[in-house]
Amino acid sequence: MRYLFYPGCSLDGSALEYKRSMTAVLEALGSEVAEIPEWTCCGASAASVVSDLLGHVLPARNLALAEQIDEDMTIIAACSACYANFRRTGQAVQADPALLERINRALEVEDLTYRGKAQVRHLMDVLANDFSTEEIEARVERPLTGLVVAPYYGCQTVRPFSPYDDDQAPTSMPPILEALSATVHRHNREASCCGTSVLMTKQEAGVSMVAEVLDGCDGADCLAAICPMCQLNMEGYQDRASKVLGRQVNLPVLFLPQLMGLAFGLSDDVLMLERHMVPVTPVLSRLQQAAPAAAG
Amino acid sequence: MAAPEVMDLTKVGRDPTFSDRLGGDGKLVHRCIQCGTCTASCPASAAMDISPRQMWRMVQLGLVDEVLESTTMWLCSLCYQCQVRCPRGIPLTETITYLKQTAMKEGLVSSRQSGAFYRAFADVMRRYGRNREMEFMVRYFMKGNPLTAFKFVRMGTVMMMRGKVHLELPVDREGRSLEKLFRRVAELEAEA
Repeated sequence: MRYLFYPGCSLDGSALEYKRSMTAVLEALGSEVAEIPEWTCCGASAASVVSDLLGHVLPARNLALAEQIDEDMTIIAACSACYANFRRTGQAVQADPALLERINRALEVEDLTYRGKAQVRHLMDVLANDFSTEEIEARVERPLTGLVVAPYYGCQTVRPFSPYDDDQAPTSMPPILEALSATVHRHNREASCCGTSVLMTKQEAGVSMVAEVLDGCDGADCLAAICPMCQLNMEGYQDRASKVLGRQVNLPVLFLPQLMGLAFGLSDDVLMLERHMVPVTPVLSRLQQAAPAAAG
Repeated sequence: MAAPEVMDLTKVGRDPTFSDRLGGDGKLVHRCIQCGTCTASCPASAAMDISPRQMWRMVQLGLVDEVLESTTMWLCSLCYQCQVRCPRGIPLTETITYLKQTAMKEGLVSSRQSGAFYRAFADVMRRYGRNREMEFMVRYFMKGNPLTAFKFVRMGTVMMMRGKVHLELPVDREGRSLEKLFRRVAELEAEA
């Protein structure tokens, strides 16, 4: 499969390990991934608060760039906020051709035209539905035997747009984790919000949202995240959440492609495990314990 | 401001056109039957001065000041749980964005810190085309309450040590400024 890829700001910054690992994993599965050149911010949660039109023009600019390359090629978004913004604009122009015209009047200054054709899918969707579990399993060199992983989708990965999974109780991750020979820790906060920007503006309220998710993951060795905001918040506010919970939580938060990459035996320079704020050493030592047994 | 249990609606200023004036499908708030699914689904409702259910009733009644001065909309993290669960099909999460727009236009105190967040983000996008995490944080602290910065010192330090964020000079080396596009959007918005 060939894909276009929209990294978004986080994947080129604090979540570089997510970009490196997902690209390497897709390539290991036999796909080609091409980053959309000259992409710009999707507008995040801020643009539509500033202005309605800006909230559509910023995603549309990137969709127009993608359409210039190939309007039939799937665009992968790996950040759930970017994904939701692209879907929202795509849906809005289908319902309102006048909006599409207005967006294009703005894009004139960039010599771009958005045709409303570009198709954006979440990385979660692509990983779960474009590759069989047999294909994933066949690529495993170092099974994650004994590692207990809690899936964590967050909110906008499945809401309000979830053409590929359930928006309340998603099930995309367990088959992948099982194909890696990991043990899945199901919990009832898998599709709960990480707090996003509330952690920046109303920190106490955000920290209690982080605490609820981490509490649900008690018993797991690590979390598997599929959104850079989820990953950052679950890691970065773990100490503060521990105070809310009254117990010290020490739960590494890996991106799902990092876990896949670990199992595929990919190199350290694409996994970049040293960048985590909560050290991943417990995950690695768990795998080392299991390794001799697995090697038989 | 905590909402009183009982309000004498003959003694407060009301604007019954409030929800119709909100953008998008704001007028659909009139469908609300006060079932409370939104409040029960909201991960931040415990921290709000007015619960989502109460807020939507106030929007229906046109209690503009009470709604815009409450913290409720600013605690919304756009998780869409209330919207997808609403049995009346009201686009609640999207309507909150319109409430935020209205509050920011009016420059209300309740929006100071959150407004600073959105404005700082928009400034960085406009200038560089992409978010630059460190510069965004600095701009956010300067626009809002600079003392907020202390809450992030430890996390910021760890992130720098792990190479997750870097200090960058405030210059646009890669030439992706969206200045022209932002200006054009403002012109088109002014026309409408």
